[in-house]
Amino acid sequence: MGFLRVKKSEDLGGSSADPTAPLLEVDNLHVEFRIEDGTVRAVNGLSYTLGRGETLAILGESGSGKSVSAQAVMGILDTPPGFVTQGSVKFRGVDLLALNKKSKTYDHVVPEVRGTRIAMVFQDALTALNPVYTVGWQIGEMFRVHQGASRKEAKEKAIEMMERVKIPSARERINSYPHEFSGGMRQRVMIAMALSMDPDVIIADEPTTALDVTVQSQIMELLAELQRETGMGMILITHDLAVVADVADRVVVMYAGREMETAEIDDIFHLPSHPYTLGLMESIARPDVHVDRLTPIPGTPPDLLAIPSGCPFHPRCTYATERCPKEVPELESVNGSHSSACFYWKEVQVEL
Amino acid sequence: MGRYLIRRVLQFIPVFFGATFLIFALVFVMPGDPIAALSGDKPLPPDVVQALQERYHLDEPLYKQYGIYITNVMQGDFGTDFRGRPVVDLMKDRLPVTIRLALLAFFFEVVIGLTAGVVAGVRKGQFFDSLVLISTLIVIAIPIFVLGFMAQIVFGVKLGWFPISGYRQGWFSLMLPAFVLASLSLAYIARLSRTSLVENLRADYVRTAKAKGLNNRRVIGIHTLRNSLIPVVTYLAIDLGALMGGAIITETIFNLPGLGRAVFEATQAQEGAVVVGIATFLVIVYMIANLLVDVLYGVLDPRIRYE
Repeated sequence: MGFLRVKKSEDLGGSSADPTAPLLEVDNLHVEFRIEDGTVRAVNGLSYTLGRGETLAILGESGSGKSVSAQAVMGILDTPPGFVTQGSVKFRGVDLLALNKKSKTYDHVVPEVRGTRIAMVFQDALTALNPVYTVGWQIGEMFRVHQGASRKEAKEKAIEMMERVKIPSARERINSYPHEFSGGMRQRVMIAMALSMDPDVIIADEPTTALDVTVQSQIMELLAELQRETGMGMILITHDLAVVADVADRVVVMYAGREMETAEIDDIFHLPSHPYTLGLMESIARPDVHVDRLTPIPGTPPDLLAIPSGCPFHPRCTYATERCPKEVPELESVNGSHSSACFYWKEVQVEL
Repeated sequence: MGRYLIRRVLQFIPVFFGATFLIFALVFVMPGDPIAALSGDKPLPPDVVQALQERYHLDEPLYKQYGIYITNVMQGDFGTDFRGRPVVDLMKDRLPVTIRLALLAFFFEVVIGLTAGVVAGVRKGQFFDSLVLISTLIVIAIPIFVLGFMAQIVFGVKLGWFPISGYRQGWFSLMLPAFVLASLSLAYIARLSRTSLVENLRADYVRTAKAKGLNNRRVIGIHTLRNSLIPVVTYLAIDLGALMGGAIITETIFNLPGLGRAVFEATQAQEGAVVVGIATFLVIVYMIANLLVDVLYGVLDPRIRYE
């Protein structure tokens, strides 16, 4: 890589980074969408910390606010209608949201972080890649824009990146368009593009949802392998418990934009301490647990325009008492770093 | 691509014969007697009428007349008008004015229409956007001849900025008519490019471009615009054909010696050969414009590649 390597200056938009601070620290993040029908409260107080080489899974159903929270972290929320109303996002101790506010558009400050130090992989690579440019051009654009590489240099670097994500005969395929690739290869192109600046954090927003099961595991393996090589932190957004079980170190379970439970991966599977997490477990087939019949969670995900009072999960919860609609349960430590936002987590644990 | 082009050119053949035959038949059934129109109110001697009828094959049935005509056209002979002047000469005479008018109008459409549309799209919901939406709606609602007269009165008579009619000052004389001619398409293009841009700005790949850390200018200018322009360019190419043929009203209002006014005059004088000749020429222009659109599609959008 040599001459083109990203300069990792510790200066981010005038604020200096703290080398001892965690890679990414999200604290009490609130995001809402102001639309004609009212205010959609998509994220309501999300907090997490991501360290080097760590994989944090954000787990939740569609509409739980997991993708929106990632977009807020990236600073690519559509504003309006989307607004970050509270909270902070710190990258190595530097508040990205404050940097964002300093510049009226997202033109100036944040690009020093966005795309280069925090990169994102999206769900459906067919629509997430630009249909009218070749994949080589789209990967190479990163080198041209962020490192001032010439077209020729950028192309060589793009081939290098495509080889790194194991796209066969990369040199021949560099001038192909996204629609000429298979789904798995397209997702590899996305990953190559995201990794091109050697980022510290990669946010993968349902990276395998649009893919065949066999290809899914290949992509997850590739991501894990690249993570081992580079030591980057990864935020994996998914609704798929199986994917989480394979790669995540920690899990945040989200519901209605709120954290329900957060724990190390083993604790989530062996000692779920929130009725919602338990419901998720019981609704999927697991090789290690024999059940005759899967139990779906009753009811439907909440309408974010009118989130149920108190604990948002109470209308679907079998443990709910009259306390639940009245009071919002705070995230409470269960054991060390394992916390649950349920009044009755002890009862949930007893059931197991 | 080569095979595709050949197939498209082969498709020209039935379209060409169908369109020209229809035009020919329409002129054939036009009420009135062209020979009587030629002499005004005075009756001509029967032998002169006979001679003229024979010379122009007016006594033959429709299909025979068409056959003779089309055979000549294929040899580059568009016939003569009733004064014996070759229609080709007339077209050569009138074409430059029409081409200039069309090009100038096209220029206005692209520069003003596209700019207004793109700026409105980027500033969706803001003042400029509303201004574009309302003003284009007004333009679309007003018939072109009303716009033409209004432009003449305001910019020609009251303000005196531009010549009111005629072609004595060359390009400068064409400014006002070109603007009037362009107005309708200009309004459509502004709206089309605005909508297309707004739609594309919501696309996933735009979000990706932002996530790549690109600045706004690049996100819109490089990533969104090219996708948004696909339908606009298509419209523009077809419209270039329409501008060539659509100048009948404008050229007549502004008294410009172009093809459009020639068609208008020939229709009044029952000059079948001139009407059919120019119409045939316009059919060819349209067909080429259409072919251009299809080729452009493939160039702009790599997902459409012709085998």
